[in-house]
This record gives sequence, C-alpha cells and structure tokens, in this order.
Amino acid sequence: MFSRTYRAVITLPPVTWVAMFLLVPYILMFCYSFWSVSSLQVIVHSCSLANYRELLSKSVYLQTLFRSMWIAARVTLFSLLLGYPLAYYVSFQSGKRKDLLYQLVIIPLWVSYLVRAYAWKTVLGSDGVLNTLLQYIHVSQHPLGFLLYSPFAVVLTLTHIYTPFTFLPIYASLERIPRNLIEASHDLGASSWQTFRTVILPLSVPGVLAGATFAFVLSLGDFLAPLLLGGPSGIMISNIVVSLFGAAYNWPLGAAISFCMLAIVVGLLFFSERLEKKWSFR
Amino acid sequence: MELQVKQSRPLAWYAALVFAFLYLPIIILIVYSFNGQGVGGFPPRDLTLKWYRLLFSDGAIWDSVWNSLLVAAAAVAIALLFGIPAALALDRAEFPGKTLFRRIVLLPLILPGIITGLSLLMLFREAGVKLSLITIILGHGTALISVATTEIFAGLQKFERAQEEASLDLGANYWQTFRRVTLPNLRLSIIGAALLIFTLSMDEIAVSFFLIGRANTLPLEIWGRLRRGITPEINAISTIIFAFSLCAIVAWYRLRMRSESGQEITDELLRSTKL
Repeated sequence: MFSRTYRAVITLPPVTWVAMFLLVPYILMFCYSFWSVSSLQVIVHSCSLANYRELLSKSVYLQTLFRSMWIAARVTLFSLLLGYPLAYYVSFQSGKRKDLLYQLVIIPLWVSYLVRAYAWKTVLGSDGVLNTLLQYIHVSQHPLGFLLYSPFAVVLTLTHIYTPFTFLPIYASLERIPRNLIEASHDLGASSWQTFRTVILPLSVPGVLAGATFAFVLSLGDFLAPLLLGGPSGIMISNIVVSLFGAAYNWPLGAAISFCMLAIVVGLLFFSERLEKKWSFR
Repeated sequence: MELQVKQSRPLAWYAALVFAFLYLPIIILIVYSFNGQGVGGFPPRDLTLKWYRLLFSDGAIWDSVWNSLLVAAAAVAIALLFGIPAALALDRAEFPGKTLFRRIVLLPLILPGIITGLSLLMLFREAGVKLSLITIILGHGTALISVATTEIFAGLQKFERAQEEASLDLGANYWQTFRRVTLPNLRLSIIGAALLIFTLSMDEIAVSFFLIGRANTLPLEIWGRLRRGITPEINAISTIIFAFSLCAIVAWYRLRMRSESGQEITDELLRSTKL
C-alpha cells in the first residue's frame, strides 16, 4: 500500500544520519586504533599493529581490564541478588500495591546517574554520614577509611545504579509466566521452594540473562564512579582511556582499548541473546 | 492476576531492605541539602535554606542550566526528526541492511557512554569541527534516536493500518495522511518519547564529557565542582534535579498507563534496551 517514494522518504534520512553519526564513528575508531602519535604529538595515519602489541605486552592494561571485569562481575552478582528477590516479591506477593511498588523501582532508573553517585560520596566519606553516624552511636571511634576511595565504594555505587536495570527484565519475565503453571505445580503437591526451583526459576532465565548483561556491560565501561569514588585502587579500564584521550595524549592507543571494549561488549550481547533464545519459553 | 504463591514474610522484609538501599542515599542527599553544617556529620543540625539561597544567586549554575535546557530541547528535535521516520521504516519498509540498521540505532542504549562519546569525538576531530554545545547536541540527538525509535515503533504496532489505507483511498496524499492520520495516532508515543529524551539528555554526562567545548551543561558544571570539593549547594541542586526527574517520569508513566497496561510498559522499556 505504500509507494516507493514514501518508503524512500521514511528510510533515507534516518539511515543516512545513523550511518554518518554512528556507523562511521565506530569505523573511524577502528581505523584510529592502527594509527600512531609522532614525537611532535601529531597523529600519523599509517597503519600498524603497534597499539595492540603494546596492549598485550604492558601488564597495566590487561591488569586494569581484568580488574574492571572483576568489578563488573561483582556488580552483576549483587544486582541480581538484590534485583531478583525484589522482582519476585513485586510480581507475586505485592497484591494491591503492585503498581505503586513497580513505579518505585523504575523511578531510580531514570534519576540522574550523577545525583546517585554523588549521594554515595556524601554517605561514605570520612566525614560522611555513615562514618559520623557510626561514631555518634559509638560503634567506631575513628572514621573507617576503606569506605570511600576504594573498589568497595565503586561496587556499592554501581550496584545501587544497576539494580533497577536488572530488576526490569527479571520482572518482565516473571510477569510473563502463566499463573496456572504455578497453580498446577501446587496442586500436584510441590512445595513453594520446589515450585520456585522447577517452574519459576527456569522460566525466568531469559530475564536474568538480560539483566546480568545490562549490569555487566554498563558497569564495565564506567569511568565516572571510579573517578569520583574509586581512588587509586579503584581505577577501571575506561579511566585509562580517558587519560589517553586527555593529558597522556595518545588517541590511537586509547582507540585500540575502546575498540577492544566495544568488541567485548558486542560479543557479550550476541552471546547472551543466543543463550536467551535457547532458554526462552515456547 | 490472582496470587497463587504463598506469602513469605522474610521475602517482604528483604524487599523492604532493597527499597531502603535504593532510596536511603537519595533521602540523605535531600536531608543534608537543608543542613547548616555541611554535607556530612550526624545528626544533621541547623536546618537552613542558605544553600538554596546560595544556589539561586549562583550565576555559573544557571548558565549551565540554560545550556542544558537548550541541548535537551535540540536533542528532542533531532531524535524525533529521525526517530519517527526510523520507526516508520522499521515498521513498513524493506531495505538492504535493515537488521544492521536496527541494531546500530539501538546500540547507544546499551553501550557504555564512553564509546559513543569517543567515537563521535574522533569524527568531529577528523571533520575539523570545533567542540561546542552543537557537538553535544549532535551527540545526544544521535544517541537518543534509539529511545524515539523504540517508543514510536511500539506506538505504531497499536494502531490500525486500515485508517491510513482509508485516508489514502479517499484521495488524501501521503503527506496529508501522515499529518492527519499517522501523527495524531502516535501523539501519546511522541509526547512520551519527548519526555524521556528530554530527561535523559538533561542528566547525560558520559557522552557530553568528551564533546564539551567551553560552555558547560549542568551535569558537567556539577562534575567540575565535585572535583574541587563538595558543599551542600550541590545537594541543593541535586534535590531540584531529582524533583524534576521524578515529575517527568511520573508524567511519562501516567501517559503510558492511559494507553496500555503495566506489562506492556515493561516490555517496551525492555525492548528499548534490546539489540
């Protein structure tokens, strides 16, 4: 029913724009990763694998990458531990307050990243709310130094930020479970725990996978929380990239690291999508 | 849906704790914006409005607020200008590379902001474009086409194509049909998308971080101050930002509830983050 012209008019502008401002930049990032910087701080457009070789040979890059993945893995685990029971509760047991509780979870999802990270900074600092509270109630005499400027602070803050992200897909997958399956399980004599383990949990695997992917991918690339709360021991891979694009001025090396990150992220997305398909309820 | 699972008290307590974890830091932030003694210290004392007074006479903050409003409005315009046709194209046109197009449009939603920001930074450098608010607008607008596309695509699935067919059969041309039938039917989706894009752009920091010229947006102005040291003035501005985000999100949610159920909203939010 739609003419060729109509289809061309709706297709060409967005495709052109997206090619120009998303596809070309990603390709450019790939190209940059083979270039280099001369001693006069000029970017040289000749290709070599030098940046990738440096990545693999200097331990600081791989170490930081692994540390970032370890931080992201912990954030993912904690977000699931908080998000799954919450989703289960809201989906199955919240009764009349279901709608309200659901809104209460998605509100933090859209509240400024910066506001939430800053809030933790004021809570965890050595003169922060938590330390002064602990001294006020005489639990500790001195401020606990490990609270702020540590990987702990980064993991805590990112968990706070990404728990609603993991909640959402898990909740969606729980809501999609036909309630009569659960009824049937109970009627056939299964306990609540057996029903959960053999009916609910397997059916919610796609939601768990999607939630875990969000939390892992988004926290892996974070650089603001480590800058604000991480201190020297909480540096993540993106912080190295930021400094390479700033004072250290080595864009090509920074591009190589970013491209590796992009590859890891896209690889994970495909992997989790395939796993999800395998597990989804037919 | 009737509840078939037995109530469990420990689970209710656990859920309450998770809610406390999600909200306590924000509540503390708000409380201390009224604290005369600074951002820390327990208990809070000397209730005061002086930080808000300080804030309202702080020229640099208001300049950055103005910049952010400008950026957000322009980002909404760009994202809708390309997001609406993108959703139409995904819905009703077949073209080579359609799947790739869909994946790339949605990519900025799930990619860490640093990758979107840096790749655009390299583009602007190679093209010889100086960094300014314009580059931030292009960055936000492009990244948020994803939100516009998913919201409007979901809206398109809900209305009868027969209406458009009737309009065309009755002699209206495509443009008239688009303006009089398609757009009015998508009204709620478009308003919802605009609200979301505006809010996300106002709060955006990771992409702006790399594309910033001389003029700061609000989150970057705050970021700059955080690096120098913290005062309750930042709590005060954060409280105001929180209040505005809250209103925008509740408005968006109400808007969606008018046209669909909670389950569909969840699906839609999810779709917006799917490759």
